[in-house]
Amino acid sequence: MSKPIVATTSLAGCFGCHMSVLDIDDRILELIELVEFNKSPIDDIKKFSKKCDIGLIEGGCCNSENIHVLKDFRENCRILVSVGECAIMGGLPAMRNGIAIQECLEEAYVNGPTVVSNEEVIFPNDPELPMLLDRVYPCHEIVKIDYFLPGCPPRADLIWEALVALVTGDEMKLPYEVVKFD
Amino acid sequence: MKTGVQKIVEKYGKDKTRLMDILIDVQSEFGFIPREITVQIADDLGMSEVDVDQTISFYHFFSQRPTGKYHIFLNNSAVAYMMGRKEVADTFTKELGINFNEVTPDGLVGLFETSCIGMNDQEPAAIINNRIFTKLTPFRAKEIVRDIKEGKDIDDMIVADYGDGENRSDLIKSVVTNNIRKIGPILERNHKPGQAIEKISKMTPEQVIDEVKRSNIRGRGGAGFPTGMKWEFCRNAPGEKKYIFCNADEGEPGTFKDRVVLTERARLLFEGMVIAGYAVGATEGILYIRHEYKYLQTYLESILKAARDVNYLGKNILGKKGFNFDIRIQFGAGAYVCGEESALIESAEGKRGEPRDRPPFPVEKGYLDMPTVVNNVETLCAVVKVILNGGEWYKSFGTTESTGTKLLSISGDCKFPGVYEVEWGFSINDILDMVGAHNEEVQAVQVGGPSGAIIASNEFNRILGYEDLATGGSLIIIGKNRDILTDIVLNFTEFFIEESCGSCSTCRIIPTLLKNKLVKILNARGVKQDIDDMVEWGKILKASRCGLGQTAANPILSSIKNFRPLYEEKIQKNKVFDSGFDMNAAVKESCEVTGRVPNI
Amino acid sequence: MSQYVRFTVDGTECMGIRGQYLVDAARENGVYIPTLCNFPGVKPKGGCRICTVRVNGKLMTACTTPVAENMSVENEVKDINELRKSIIELLFIEGNHFCPACEKSGNCELQALAYRFRIMVPRFPYQFPVRKVDATHPRIIKEQNRCILCKRCIRAITDENGRSIFAYRRRSARVEVVVDPKLGKQLTEELAQKAMDVCPVGSIIVKEKGFQIPIGARKYDTMPIGSDIENMQVKKI
Repeated sequence: MSKPIVATTSLAGCFGCHMSVLDIDDRILELIELVEFNKSPIDDIKKFSKKCDIGLIEGGCCNSENIHVLKDFRENCRILVSVGECAIMGGLPAMRNGIAIQECLEEAYVNGPTVVSNEEVIFPNDPELPMLLDRVYPCHEIVKIDYFLPGCPPRADLIWEALVALVTGDEMKLPYEVVKFD
Repeated sequence: MKTGVQKIVEKYGKDKTRLMDILIDVQSEFGFIPREITVQIADDLGMSEVDVDQTISFYHFFSQRPTGKYHIFLNNSAVAYMMGRKEVADTFTKELGINFNEVTPDGLVGLFETSCIGMNDQEPAAIINNRIFTKLTPFRAKEIVRDIKEGKDIDDMIVADYGDGENRSDLIKSVVTNNIRKIGPILERNHKPGQAIEKISKMTPEQVIDEVKRSNIRGRGGAGFPTGMKWEFCRNAPGEKKYIFCNADEGEPGTFKDRVVLTERARLLFEGMVIAGYAVGATEGILYIRHEYKYLQTYLESILKAARDVNYLGKNILGKKGFNFDIRIQFGAGAYVCGEESALIESAEGKRGEPRDRPPFPVEKGYLDMPTVVNNVETLCAVVKVILNGGEWYKSFGTTESTGTKLLSISGDCKFPGVYEVEWGFSINDILDMVGAHNEEVQAVQVGGPSGAIIASNEFNRILGYEDLATGGSLIIIGKNRDILTDIVLNFTEFFIEESCGSCSTCRIIPTLLKNKLVKILNARGVKQDIDDMVEWGKILKASRCGLGQTAANPILSSIKNFRPLYEEKIQKNKVFDSGFDMNAAVKESCEVTGRVPNI
Repeated sequence: MSQYVRFTVDGTECMGIRGQYLVDAARENGVYIPTLCNFPGVKPKGGCRICTVRVNGKLMTACTTPVAENMSVENEVKDINELRKSIIELLFIEGNHFCPACEKSGNCELQALAYRFRIMVPRFPYQFPVRKVDATHPRIIKEQNRCILCKRCIRAITDENGRSIFAYRRRSARVEVVVDPKLGKQLTEELAQKAMDVCPVGSIIVKEKGFQIPIGARKYDTMPIGSDIENMQVKKI
């Protein structure tokens, strides 16, 4: 029997949730036995080469690229899981929600502490670049998401328990200690 | 300014429970309540600034910034729109060059929205500097703006003839018409003021309560609690002082019967308050009137004075030792929720109109923590007739469950909008006949205002009464050409959003979520799940503290129940999920700021 | 009339003192009724509605309802718990609750309730309201993004003359809890700490304090809210 296939991505996130996946320590060897990875920064597969069973989404959607990737995941994965606060509620990037785009860009490209000089006030606008969205969107406010694993990052144990349950079809047993929002 | 404020505060005995009166006077003298005055009032009353500010900022008609020499409050109720409000509003904004909630740069005119002002039978209507303007048209709006720009006195801007009855009296001089279409035993013209007071002066309070109980009359505000029982509870409740409140804060959109009673039968109402006071053992009555009816103030005060002159009010009424009762008028300042009895009491104590937790009920612990009866205007009027003619007589009207008559406020798509006094037990079909609305042209009837239910023609055989369609008396008739979801449901839901006191989490948040769902469906982005969500989320409101919160989803819930096809025809049949996300709209701002063309 | 009354919660016989509020009476019987806006020693207000129970068939808030003889209370039943869960979710989407960046995380009662009710994601869309942070007072920060409008600070904290330091402002969804400009500046260290302690979330923060307890040792890291009551040894009266 072929192994269940897992894909992962980081949208508007910090890769902390991916780090937490790796934080399952030696169980990573069990994981490799249990599943096959497809599109994911972990194995550097850039495009879906087959339909997947589980898609793990880190990060919310802050630009048009995030939306495309998320929709791509929805099309190619049977089960989508929002992993971490950013995917679930926008997280820290969503702190810009409510602040005008102009102000955000000025902070980044004009007034920011690391800006050397941008007297002409040039904002990057190459057509190749993703377009910023008016605000950061939680993933389930864009596509249907099936499961949610909160945390910043989610505890490694939570990711492990949930993933094993999804793969084996067993009930998710999530102890009180592992479900946290921080 | 400083001495002006001081005078006002002193006029009310530096009593912080009279904060509403103080603020109303300040607002009317200065046109708004600037921060330095707030601080001064706070200092004078021994309160903190935020103590005063929390009351000011609660009420719609208190303003913390200038509202203009002329302030126009244009009613935005559903019926106002049905009668052409949009064109009038557009004319005002165009002629004045400002949007709603703005003041012209020269400080001359402020333009504001306001919830139903109790003129549904003569919409579109507005309140300008406390005067009522009815049946507005774009032409009239232009005239008004022209007069304002010429600096005319507000009284000189009334070009139409005054309304009927007491509206013509020197003390009112208003264009409002009564539109009394049907008179019954309560509204009848031949009442001689004072008769009932004379009668009770020869009865014991217990006998008065017994007679009221015998009539089986129930509260006319909508909840229908037996009046005699309420009085008895209050009479038996321990308390060194007791109070009678008359609730004339009719804010339910579509209700205007109290306006007519206050205009034409104020003596009857005051007599009812005296009877209630005698029965309960109260010496003070407070008539709480919504701010929208402030144009009646001078007239009502004059009636109270006349009653005092003939000793229907005051000490030892009609020579009976210890029969003391007087009435003062308390105005609200624009808050629908104050129609809820405990919120009304809070407001009369100078606070935010937030409903109280119950128990204790007002009859145990009400105004200033004393036993208090709160009765509807109509209930108190009916009680006078019960005393004069007996409880048995009263029971001869209506049905077994619902005795007596009911004042209906009828508006919307009908020939004869106005106030009708009918016996309980009429069917909706009967009513439609009566008001000149052809059954086949009627799509729906909103019974009991936004907090009630919208019903379709298959239910027009239902009858008005506590046993079937209980109602505070507002009936809005909705013609075939109306778009129920946009014209009615959306408007009513916005009304509830605006009027929530904000204290319960449920009522503060859910109506907005429901509105967003409704808008999503109206924008053709809805799916079946959205309808299901609305039904489920609406149920959560049942956990709210007061009737406003508990019924805030009724426009949506009752329209889904009775007009479900209207929703179903607007949702996407081929989709089970649609987040409503719109990429074009989402990238618009950033593309504009960075100067690029969206490529989606 | 006896000082004591008998009532039942989900069929279990309980004893209470006449006039005692239901949440308090239940607690003494080892029954936890979830609360949020309620605070010991402060007049209840029934604002958050989380302590809603069904009393003799009617929805009531347990923090404001006095116990009475033969009262039959439904507490741990499916629909009531679902109602509470949805209210907690409402409070999350109403404000901007960025738990990872909050000083109160781990000690926050709103968060603890979400843990207890196993909320992984709210069913309602996030509102992302635009709110301010008021840092104009010398001792405290009023973080409006996190305020759940429970009125605890309003009810618990006044100055020596009974004047409000915290108060509601405006109404409807626009309501907010503000700090008196003058009295807020005069807030003593003691009152500032009390205000922070009274606040169930991280909306009142004493300046230059925070993140003092490490993750793992905070109040709700390992013990669900209410478990202290449920694990209590009940003395029979």
